[in-house]
Parts: sequence; structure tokens; C-alpha cells
Amino acid sequence: MEWFLRADTVEHKLALMVFAILLFAGVMGAILFGVDRLRRVPLWVIVGGFLGPTFLLLLVGLVYPALSTIRGSFYDRNGSEFVGLDNYVTVFTEDNFQTVLLNTVLWVVLVPLVTTVFGLVYAYLVDRTRFESLAKALVFLPMAISMVGAGVIWKFVYEFRPDQPGVNQIGLLNQLLVLVGIDPQQFLLDAPSNTLYLIVVMIWIQAGFAMTVLSAAIKAIPDDIVEAARLDGVGGVQMFRYVTVPSIRPALVVVITTVAIVTLKVFDVVRTMTGGNFGTSVVANEFYTQAFRQFNFGLGAALAVLLFVLVIPIIAYNVRQLRLSEDVR
Amino acid sequence: MNVRARGFRSATLGGGLVAAMVLAGCGANDSGGSTGGSGGDTADAADLSIDCAPYEEFGDLEGETVSVYTSIVDPEDQPQIDSYVPFEECTGVDVQYEGSREFEAQLVVRIQSGNAPDIAFIPQPGLLQTLVGTGAVSPAPEQVEANVDEYWDESWKGYGSVDGTFYAAPLGANAKSFVWYSPSAFEDAGYEVPETWDDMIALSDEIAATGAKPWCAGIGSGEATGWPATDWLEDVVLRTAGPDVYDQWVNHEIPFNDPQIVEALNTVGDILRNPEYVNGGLGEVQSIASTEFGDAGLPILDGSCWMHRQASFYQANWPEGTEVGPDGDVFAFPLPPIGDAGAPPVLGGGEFTTAFNDDPATQAFQTYLSSPEWANIKAQVSGPGWVSANTGLDPENLVSPIDQLAAELFQDPEAVFRFDGSDLMPGEIGTGELWTQLTEWIANDKPSQAVLTDVENAWPTS
Amino acid sequence: MTTTTPVMAPVPMQDRATGRAGRRAASAKTKLSSPAASIIAIVIAVLWTVPTLGLLITSFRPELDIRQSGWWTFFTDPQVTLFNYNEVLYGGSTNFASLFVNSLVITLPAVVIPISLALLAAYAFAWIDFPGRNILFVAVFSLQVVPIQVTLIPLLTLYVDAGLAGSFWTIWLSHSIFALPLAIFLLHNFMKDIPASLVEAARMDGAGHVKIFFSVLLPLLTPAIAAFGVFQFLWVWNDLLVALTFAGGAPDVVPLTVRVAELAGTRGSDWYLLAPGAFIAMILPLVVFLALQRYFVRGLLAGSVKG
Repeated sequence: MEWFLRADTVEHKLALMVFAILLFAGVMGAILFGVDRLRRVPLWVIVGGFLGPTFLLLLVGLVYPALSTIRGSFYDRNGSEFVGLDNYVTVFTEDNFQTVLLNTVLWVVLVPLVTTVFGLVYAYLVDRTRFESLAKALVFLPMAISMVGAGVIWKFVYEFRPDQPGVNQIGLLNQLLVLVGIDPQQFLLDAPSNTLYLIVVMIWIQAGFAMTVLSAAIKAIPDDIVEAARLDGVGGVQMFRYVTVPSIRPALVVVITTVAIVTLKVFDVVRTMTGGNFGTSVVANEFYTQAFRQFNFGLGAALAVLLFVLVIPIIAYNVRQLRLSEDVR
Repeated sequence: MNVRARGFRSATLGGGLVAAMVLAGCGANDSGGSTGGSGGDTADAADLSIDCAPYEEFGDLEGETVSVYTSIVDPEDQPQIDSYVPFEECTGVDVQYEGSREFEAQLVVRIQSGNAPDIAFIPQPGLLQTLVGTGAVSPAPEQVEANVDEYWDESWKGYGSVDGTFYAAPLGANAKSFVWYSPSAFEDAGYEVPETWDDMIALSDEIAATGAKPWCAGIGSGEATGWPATDWLEDVVLRTAGPDVYDQWVNHEIPFNDPQIVEALNTVGDILRNPEYVNGGLGEVQSIASTEFGDAGLPILDGSCWMHRQASFYQANWPEGTEVGPDGDVFAFPLPPIGDAGAPPVLGGGEFTTAFNDDPATQAFQTYLSSPEWANIKAQVSGPGWVSANTGLDPENLVSPIDQLAAELFQDPEAVFRFDGSDLMPGEIGTGELWTQLTEWIANDKPSQAVLTDVENAWPTS
Repeated sequence: MTTTTPVMAPVPMQDRATGRAGRRAASAKTKLSSPAASIIAIVIAVLWTVPTLGLLITSFRPELDIRQSGWWTFFTDPQVTLFNYNEVLYGGSTNFASLFVNSLVITLPAVVIPISLALLAAYAFAWIDFPGRNILFVAVFSLQVVPIQVTLIPLLTLYVDAGLAGSFWTIWLSHSIFALPLAIFLLHNFMKDIPASLVEAARMDGAGHVKIFFSVLLPLLTPAIAAFGVFQFLWVWNDLLVALTFAGGAPDVVPLTVRVAELAGTRGSDWYLLAPGAFIAMILPLVVFLALQRYFVRGLLAGSVKG
């Protein structure tokens, strides 16, 4: 038993890793083999074979915590006393709550939209050019950087120093402003534009995801469609508008949805760059602050539930897409 | 179908990446003398030994382990680990150290999940109180209590107690009431180190008259932005209203926006919100809000700022090669008292050794950490930037002059000591609303009265 | 809606050589506006990279310079030091190489396990007709929004009770759980875009679901798997929260990110250490991307396209 739990040498760790993968493969293989072997298996056995392990993990790891969060949102800070809707009342009557909600909406609209449009246009532009893989690698680069690293990177873009003799700018943007003779700006301090500057960071990180997925989708457009359109005299921008975009609609929906949900949950951009100060906070950040800084689990839970609620429109949109594609099929 | 016939092409490694790895691998240490930063002369813990007798009464501990969880990370973690060696040699206990910057949140998660460490070093008495409330904390054994009674000022014991029960012995400490300046620059300009508040203001005016900005400050600290401003406020409350009012204010026995506190905040404002005084080398008043506290004192080095109020631990922020000392590039003087002269009050902070079980090995280790032997060994293996309020600590063992100065302040029976108030207040105030409000006070010029009233309104009712 | 074009033979199935040549010829025709487009693309690529370049240069600059002047002064007054890298790699109490191994050991199973499970689940949602599948799919999909933080205490309690706390197993399991909803959502989308005719044909031949899954769908989905694999690899590799919580107290388990985060110092402003730390941690993910790029460039949606 000890061997499986404590690995302290490189060989042991690697062996344990291989063992884990093999164990997993073995178990899944056995389940599927069993399902496949049985003659005239009922449908639910097959479905169980394909979905069972996944559902077990999800129930334990996500559904149960989510339900207990919902329950916790009706209890006080230690979860010991039932307080009804008090936590929600606190959330909604909080002075700066409107700002927080507005910011969250701004994030969840702007980030997916700009990221997707950018990723799409860029993927289209570099498609089949000579420097394609390099160009894509460069935009992908931010995805490979941890949040800690990204925080440092953007500090050296937004950092403010006064325009005084003997004082150098260390933020790139302010250096550019000074070069063209404009006074340096407090990018992260002045609301509401500071939220936009934070959003830029998120877009910078996520664009690689959008670009990669959309680029692959563009490449999957059958040549005959493109060819047919070209024979009809369609070219350039029109090709993009009427052939490329409609052809990759499913991929666009996927990208927008994924980025939107990630954006809703992400708080580390805000947390590392402004700590939620200066009117930049978002719901996810408030949730983290309440639950893990102030140890007010009740209020934190209420904010988490608010996040669930905010995602409903996104889910509804996807359900509609699902229906549409079912109809087509 | 030949779909499956796709083969892997060999991976192409970017040449630049390989080069970077090679470079990183064979980097030479080109650091020069290191008085600032983390270097410094330190003893080797293996050469130090202690009297093992005090730990024998805990029985045979050979082979036991004690896990320690702290917020102290690289590079300050190594001296901690080194300082445990004599104890480990005495008892055969293996001490497992873990430091994390997400310490507070993680500690709570672990306790709630039944995965508490044996010992944690808790930097806020307020958090200690919360944890005691969950029933997870074990009271300190009598040996620890005896050590604390003997070697610490009684105010410290109070900070480690909850409702009359003593739980946690103080460990390290830091003195916050310091003003950093450059002795060499002061000498060249003919300025004297001020000994009263009035002198300090007069000096500030004198410097401002030359067109320079005397003060620099920064309260930026990521998610904790605002805390340096709370230290300013507390330091001045301690000076204008006195320690008794300070205690009442921290314990919320007087309203948070009591007129005496408003007056103190205005006194802080006379410096921090005075465009004539700030923010040397960093910008206008507003820039205080966005400047990282760690960078805020650095303009002193290039002469664009003269004074910077920050704790003794700020010495770690001076770049490699900066000489810290009474005749060096930078040094600090105690923030002077206001009004009647006397010993300047000391505002400070520190960690408390908190145990989550009463195993003999845990208790033996607690006892060791509360002993003067440990404090002196820790002082010998530490670089600059560590001090304890343990009166059994010989200041001579400390490496840096600023640490020695801090130790002397802690050991001065005349000096009033108070713990950083924001660490004593309920979390939603001390590490929340107060930070936010003081940040607005700087960033948006929000009036002092309004700031304090908003904090008062946010004080938890229960 | 434009009509669906059931492409019997997905693009990559064409003879590769002529396919490529044909495309290149076609592209020459499409990209009449190439110069302008290329310039825009180059400008964007440069804009995207400049901040990272700043970090790279910063990581080689002396501490004081980093704090007092912009990284671009490097071009006029190059001051290079390897001190930062040296400090990061050899300065701490932990061995960087062993952390690298930990990260790797954590990441591989945390990529393989959720993707395999998600593939099976996505297949069931896309191609097995069972009652309630749409509702279940939507339910799984909406689990994406559960913030990881709310799961930490319940999961850790469970691991502690099971005696698993502080081992690799907790991290593998946790990452797998957190990855599943998104993985199922994405893979399902690719999976259902595979022409029904292919699946039907296999079914006619008497293949069961398991056989169809392995012999028809998996090969077609390879690019999608590679793509998602890269993303999952990056997310796990760069994860801090999960590792901090579940690897807690076990130096034999903690990954690189935990150490890099600590480079910020106890009071968090050691930029001169953070910069090189971030770069070292970035090397492997970049290599993985570059290595797999050519692989999924050929078509994430390998099957066909619905309009």
C-alpha cells in the first residue's frame, strides 16, 4: 500500500504514473469488453459502460459540492445557523455590488466576443501562409504562461511612473505615451477604463485557444465548397463572410461558450493585478474573497450560486444550438 | 480507410528554447557583496547545539514527525528549517516544513477537511481567534507557557490567548514603526535625523522647500492592497490617542470613527495626502495607491525621495549590494512620538506557534520554539530581516543593524508595544474593508470622516 | 441553413501529396490580398509577443535595473546577468529537477484519464440513443460553471478519510473531475459532426457501439484529441490551486507552479525571480505545443462540417 501512496524517487514516481495509467486503461478496458461481450445487452448496460465512471466522478466531485454550496448559501458564515435569504440580501444591497455585477457582465460579453472575432480573423489571415506555424505559435504563447507569469508580464506593460527628470518609465504603454508627448496614465487606477485594461489581459491569454480551434475548423472546410464559391466569383472578404463563417458556425459556438464560462469563473487576473480594488472587482473575485479571505462561507456560497445563475443564458443558448443541430440531423 | 495511417513527425524543438535551458543551467553566480537582499553571514546550524534536557520529559520521540505549515517562503524558509536541526538531533524527531503564499486560505481548507498540520505559524491573532472558535486548536503545554511568562512582554502573551486560555507562543516579530532614510544623503544635505514629530514635519518642509518631495509611499500589494496605509494609521493613533484608546479602538469599544481616530487619520493625511510631500520619484498623491509597497522606498536610493515609513522587514527589499547601516546607503529611525517626548511607541507584528494536536512530539517542538535557545540559534542561522521579541535573544547574534535596533526596541521596558491592529480586528475589517477604504482615501481623495464611518458601518454586528 | 454536405471522405483521406499540392495552388489564388493581410497578421503577432519578450529580457536583467528602468533600455544599454536564473534553479531548498518530474508525473495521467473518459461519454451522448440523454448532456455541460474552490473542502475531506491525502492520486482524480465537463462538451461537438453515414455503415456491418467507437470514431477524432490534449496539458501544468490544496504537505508531490509562485517571496515582489521562474515553467508546454501543432493543424473537425 505504501508503495502506491508515497513515491520519493524519480523512478518510483514514473513507475507509479505508468501504473496509474495502466490501471485506468485496464479498468476501462474490462468494462467496455464486458459490455461488448454480452449478447443482447440491454441499452442501459451499454450506456452505463460508457457513462458510468464519468458520472461517478462528477457526482462526487462536482454535483455534491455544488449542492452543498447551494445549501450553504442559506446558512451563516460557519454554516451552523440557517439564515434564509440573508446572504443574498447582503449581496444585493452591498454598496459596490452594482459595479461588481456590471463589471462581470462587461467581462463575460467582451472577452468571448473579442477573443473569438480576433481568433477567427487571425486564423483566417495566417491560413496557408508561409509563416503560419510561427505566427500561430506566437499568439498561442500566452496560453503556455502561468497566471503568476502573466501578472509579471502585464505589470511591465501598465506600470506607472511619474514623468519627472531622473525617473524612468518601467511600463511599456506609459513609455510610449511619454515618447509621443502625452502624460503617463494610471491604467489600473482610473475606473471604469481600468476594467477594460484587465479585460485586455484576459483576451491576450484566451486568444490562443480561440485561434487554434477556429484555425482547425477553417482547415476542415472541404475544398469543393471553397472551390465552388470561387467559381461563382466570390473572393476575399465576401468569401470570409459568406463561406468561411457559416461553415464553421459550430466551432464558433463552442469557442464562445467555452471562453464565456472560463471568463465567468476566472478571478486571478483581477486578483493579481488590482486585488479587486479601484472598482474592478467581479463576482468570482468577491466569492473568493468572502469564502477564503474573510472565511464567510455563507456569503461566499451565495456569490457562487450567483455565478451558477449567470451562466444560465449561456446554457440556454447552447441548448438551442443543440436542438438546431438535432433538427438538421 | 487509410485515416489511421497518420504518423507522428518528430517533434521540432525551438533552437532558442534549448539555448535558454543551457544558459539557465550553467549560470554563474555573479553576485557581489550582499548586505541587502537575502545574503549575509550566517552560521551553520550543524555547529550549534543545545541542551537536550528540556525535551526529555516528553518521552522517547525517536522517529516521530512534526509537520509545520507557514506563510514564510523562499528565501526566508531555509533559516527556519536550519534552526530546527539541533532539536531534531536531540529528539530524533523529523520536522517537515511547508511554506505557502496561499497559507491562510489553505490552512482553513485543511482544517475543515480534517487534514490539519501539527503546527502552523499564524501571523494574525484575529485568525487564531477564528481557528480556536472551530475547536481545532490545542492549548499550549505548561512548558511553553512558562517560557512565554519568563521571556516575553505580557502583551505578547495576551495576543496568543483567547478568552483567558493561552494557546500560541509568539515566534518571530517585526517592528513596524520605522522610517527608512539614507544616512549618506542626509549627511551630504546636512539634515539631522528627527527625534520628535514636529522636527520630522519641519524637516519635511525644509526638503519640500528645495522643490523635492520628502516622502515616498506605496500601498499596493496585489489582493492585499491597502495594508501599508493601515500601519500608518495605527502608528499615529498610538501616538496621538495613546495605547489605551488604541486598545479600545481595536476591540471596538469605541466607534471606529471616533473623533480621536479621525484626528489621527487627518494627521496621516497631512503627510500622505500632501502634494508637497509625496510621492517622491513615484508621482502624485494618487500614485501611492498603485505603487507596490516593495518598490515604494527605492526612490530613496536615487535621491528622488527622502523618507519612507515601513517595517524592519523592508530591508529585504533593498536591492542586492545596498549597504544597510547607520552610516550606510540606507537605515531607519524610529517614527518619532507626537507631543510629549519619551520613548516612541512600537507597532509590530509577528507569528504565533499554533498546535492542532497535543502529541508529545508536537508539544516538545512547541517548547523548543518558545525557548531563548531557539531564538538565538535562529538569529545565528538567519540573514538580515529576522528578529524576535524573546527577551532571551542576544541582539549581538543578529546580523543586521536594523534587526538589532528592532530587538532593542522590543526589549526596552520603557517602550509601549502594540500589535498591528488590523491583524487583531475581525477579518472582514482588518483584511478587508479597512484596506479597501484606505485605498479609496488615497486614490479618490475620499474624506477621512467618510472613510472611517464606512468602516464602522461594516463592522460585524454579532 | 446551408445544406449539409456529407463528405464521405474527410479531407485528410485524400492522397496527401496531391492534396497538399492542390491546396497550395488553390491558396495562391485565394490570397490575392495577401500582402496587406500578411502585414496585419505580422503586426498582430508582434503585438501579442512584445509583452512576453519583455518578460524574457527582464529575466536576464539585474534586480535594481528591473525596478528602476524599462526592459527596453536593454537595447541601448545591455546589462545581462544569469544571477536570477541561478538563484531560481539552485538558490532554494528544493531541487528544481525533481519538481519538474513531479509536474510531469502529475500532468500525464491528468491528461490521459479525463480525455479517455470524456471520449466515451461524448460518444454515448452523440451516438447512443437513450432516453434523457439531452437533459443529462446539458446537466454535464452546465457543471462547467461550478467554481473549483467550492469543491476543495468536500473533496479533501473525502481523500483524508480514504487515506489518500498528499499522494499523486488525489491530484490525478481532482484534475480528471474538473476537466470532464469541458472535455465532454468539446469532444461531443466534434463527435457529432462526424457524418452519420459513416456510423450507419458500420452499424449495418453489425458492429456494436464499442467497435464503432474504437474503429470508426477514434481514428477520425485524433486531431481533436491532440488539440484538447494540448489544452488540458497546459491547464494542468499551469495549475496552482489544485496542487496547493491536494499535494499539501508533501514535498515529494508538489509541482513546479507551487515553487514558482513562492519565488515571489514572502511579501510578494521579487520580480527578478518570478520572471525566470515563469520562463522555466513555460518551456515544456511550449515544446508540447510546437510538437503537436502540425498534428492538429490538419483539422480539429476532421470529419466534416455542418452548416
